[in-house]
Amino acid sequence: MSPAGAVLGALLIPAVAAPLIALCHRRPNLREAVTLVAAGALLAAVASLVAPVLAGERPVVRLLELLPGVPLAFEVEPLGMLFALVASGLWIVNSLYSIGYMRGNDEAHQTRFYVCFALALAGTVAIAFAANLLTLFIGYEILTLVTYPLVTHHGDEEATRGGRLYLGYLLSTSIVLMLVGIVLTWEVAGTLDFRPGGILGADVGSATIGVMLALFVFGIGKAALMPFHRWLPAAMVAPTPVSALLHAVAVVKAGVFSVVKVVVYVFGVESLAATGAAEWLPGVTGFTIVAASVIALRADNLKRRLAYSTVSQLSYVILAAAILTPLSVLGAALHIVAHAFGKITLFFAAGAIYTAAHKTEVSELDGIGRRMPWTMGAFTIGALSLIGIPPCIGFVSKWFILQGVIGAGHWPAAAVLLVSTLLNAAYFLPIVYAAFFRSPTGEPHGEAPLPMVVALSATAAGAVALFFAPELPLALARRIAGLP
Amino acid sequence: MIAAHLPALQVVVPLIAAPLIVLARRGALGWLLAMAASFASLAIALALFVQVQAGGLVSYAIGSWAPPWGIEYRVDSVSAFVLVLVSLLAAFGAPYAWRSIAAEVPADRHYLYYATFCLALAGLLGIAITGDAFNLFVFLEISSLATYVMIALGRDRRALFAAFQYLIVGTIGATFYVIGVGLLYLMTGTLNLADLAARIGEVQGTRPVLAALAFITVGICLKLALFPLHYWLPNAYSYAPSAVAAFLAGTATKVSIYVLLRFYFSVFGESAIFERLPMREIFLVLSVAAMFLASGAAVFQDNLKHMLAYSSIGQIGYITLGIALDNQSGLTGSIVHLFNHGVTKGSLFLLAGCIALRVGSVRFADLAGIGRTMPLTTFGMVIGGLSLIGVPTTAGFVTKWYLVLGGLDRGSWPIAFAPVLSSLIALWYVWRFVEIAYLRDAAPALARVREAPRSMLAPALALTALCVYFGLETSFTVGAASRAAELLLGGPR
Repeated sequence: MSPAGAVLGALLIPAVAAPLIALCHRRPNLREAVTLVAAGALLAAVASLVAPVLAGERPVVRLLELLPGVPLAFEVEPLGMLFALVASGLWIVNSLYSIGYMRGNDEAHQTRFYVCFALALAGTVAIAFAANLLTLFIGYEILTLVTYPLVTHHGDEEATRGGRLYLGYLLSTSIVLMLVGIVLTWEVAGTLDFRPGGILGADVGSATIGVMLALFVFGIGKAALMPFHRWLPAAMVAPTPVSALLHAVAVVKAGVFSVVKVVVYVFGVESLAATGAAEWLPGVTGFTIVAASVIALRADNLKRRLAYSTVSQLSYVILAAAILTPLSVLGAALHIVAHAFGKITLFFAAGAIYTAAHKTEVSELDGIGRRMPWTMGAFTIGALSLIGIPPCIGFVSKWFILQGVIGAGHWPAAAVLLVSTLLNAAYFLPIVYAAFFRSPTGEPHGEAPLPMVVALSATAAGAVALFFAPELPLALARRIAGLP
Repeated sequence: MIAAHLPALQVVVPLIAAPLIVLARRGALGWLLAMAASFASLAIALALFVQVQAGGLVSYAIGSWAPPWGIEYRVDSVSAFVLVLVSLLAAFGAPYAWRSIAAEVPADRHYLYYATFCLALAGLLGIAITGDAFNLFVFLEISSLATYVMIALGRDRRALFAAFQYLIVGTIGATFYVIGVGLLYLMTGTLNLADLAARIGEVQGTRPVLAALAFITVGICLKLALFPLHYWLPNAYSYAPSAVAAFLAGTATKVSIYVLLRFYFSVFGESAIFERLPMREIFLVLSVAAMFLASGAAVFQDNLKHMLAYSSIGQIGYITLGIALDNQSGLTGSIVHLFNHGVTKGSLFLLAGCIALRVGSVRFADLAGIGRTMPLTTFGMVIGGLSLIGVPTTAGFVTKWYLVLGGLDRGSWPIAFAPVLSSLIALWYVWRFVEIAYLRDAAPALARVREAPRSMLAPALALTALCVYFGLETSFTVGAASRAAELLLGGPR
């Protein structure tokens, strides 16, 4: 398959899988088989692009004329490659997990669940491969809309409220701020294409650039920068596989990915650093990192704690990008991968605990590690990775971010990283301690269904394996940062 | 041979169909004739559109009386686009009407509906095609009178009151218009629009011309339901038969906006309107008020059709905002929204008619859980709703893009943010429906409801599909609108 064909394939596979899944409504086994086959095919299509992209090729697909001079177009560059690889790879694991979870909990509307999931992946790939801001915006809004039925899956009052916050925050920020940012970009640059080094001419004033940057970083609500973060904890009413893949990987990563993409390919790292228009951004992200960690510390609901941890970790990526040095940008790209593996493992574990023990609160987890050793083992690895302790990939990304921060002499950011690492440890390690070293309470139970245990072990193993073999993400991240 | 007479046929075909239907006195035959007239109109409109794209301007002298003495039909890129919109909605509305009218209008009056439908179509097309100010008044009255009858055919008794209300307002509007035209005739001695434009320079700024401008503005703004002259609209749209509501929502106000564009940009000249008079400020304020207050009112309606009607008033605010911006991007947005909103709101009212047919009510209280019993219809409503919000890949997005761009071109941040902030209100009212349709327990009345007949659902969903098509492939709509805007901005001053 030619690279351009693979791009088209990656976009079409999940989009075509969705109606096929709907057709298999009455045959659950076949339906899940379609999901798994589609996930495998998507990963194969995305993976086939790695070699050409590393070799410097940029496969392009142009489809429709959205607006005069702005086509619906896709172009694969290293950052999008990395994001697509993570999302499509984890979709396979997550599908396996979903099968165990949805059947184990006897959930209703399972067909709709898998259909929306496939569509969400199509939106994610569209974001990852978008060749211009408008195409990215389309993928972004599609992703919001198709995940709404997943958030409101249970259809009760709480789900309705969660869905309202979810949609309200994400659509409002994107329409009011991001869209205006895109139009402003068109107005001052005359193009919306992503180009290495940015598209803004030298004549654009730093005040305009500052306004544009603010419109983008706050308008991309999926990045959950405070004060636009509340949709993320609200989205936790969804079934856990949704929280795992979408609200720890695809949706939130689409947010920080878009921010990094805009910083690198619209503003240009060097030009942005030269104008000084981004100097306020580390402060805002630093506040989000610490504040969200503090909230996480106080949350008793496990998924809520994980959600606030995500808010905090997402801002790591934006902070790293905002430092505007090659090493920090490299760290930002790597952290997208690192957090994905760590956080999906933690959510998988939370869902497994819910399925096997029907427990949702942190305070109920005493001794659960003795009954669910695999699950809590994986949980421990995921937690270590997010804290940034070797041998987990989280250490690698934090290492590069810290190097970038110190290289730039940005001491406040270094302090934020230090404090937040301590806070991470403070809200994760007590769970691990209680799980293994306190005595169990309540009815005895075993591990969750096998597919779930397999899935969470796989992602935990991935977090460790990437520490020992980070070559591929590192190679892609180096190219984004423009390092040799 | 026929090609040369297309401008005349554009109006004559539906105009002749009307008396034929009355003579036939049979519903089925009337429906067939109305179908034929609608599709023929669409074909003619498209042919004229292509001709205008190729040749620039089509001028046709009625009865071979040369303009400016005789009546001239004049098709340029603005009118060609409006002709396509009006006949497109007629072509979607005609097949839909068969089952919808059968359910909502007594059988002995079916032929009357089809006859008045053809008259309204002829009138609306005539307004868009004629190059003569008085002839325009005649067509305005033809379409309005036909519309009053069509609204009064609604089975709800409140339809009579709505029709009467609209009749009073419409008559005031038309009278104001004709007073304005009379004053212009007094000062220039001509009724031909192009000729008027050429002669008005000498008398520009005189009191009678200013009075003419005032009368025409208020008269037309009544017809196009510019906030706060909108109060006739919600009842008219809600209590008219569903097929009528859909056709009117997509066309009647849009054609009035065309008249406004014509007079402001082609006759008076935008410098006279926007630079020497405070018209820009007036229109900006009223447009923004419509975008926020009328949309805000839509949030609090307890009836689907009322909600859509208030949404229309809000969306008209977008169109007049683009007019007031008076630059290429803003005017492009305005004209493209005229088309896109016509298609969007037309499809939404057609779908609301499907619900009205099956449920017998469009009150939200009766629609809880309708997403499960009428999945296709509800899904279509959601897509149309997304277009009202202006989500990318829908037609409504394209408008928003150009209006924001127009605001930035004018260097005004508040104007650039107004359209996007107002879409948040649209998000609010659309999502209110979504939650009722999908997240509430099914209302007992819905237990035995199923999808509307295919002859209604198919045209409605096809129009919904066009909302998405025109959001993805914009070369037709944006191309036509930007050429029209260029023409209006560069036209005679």
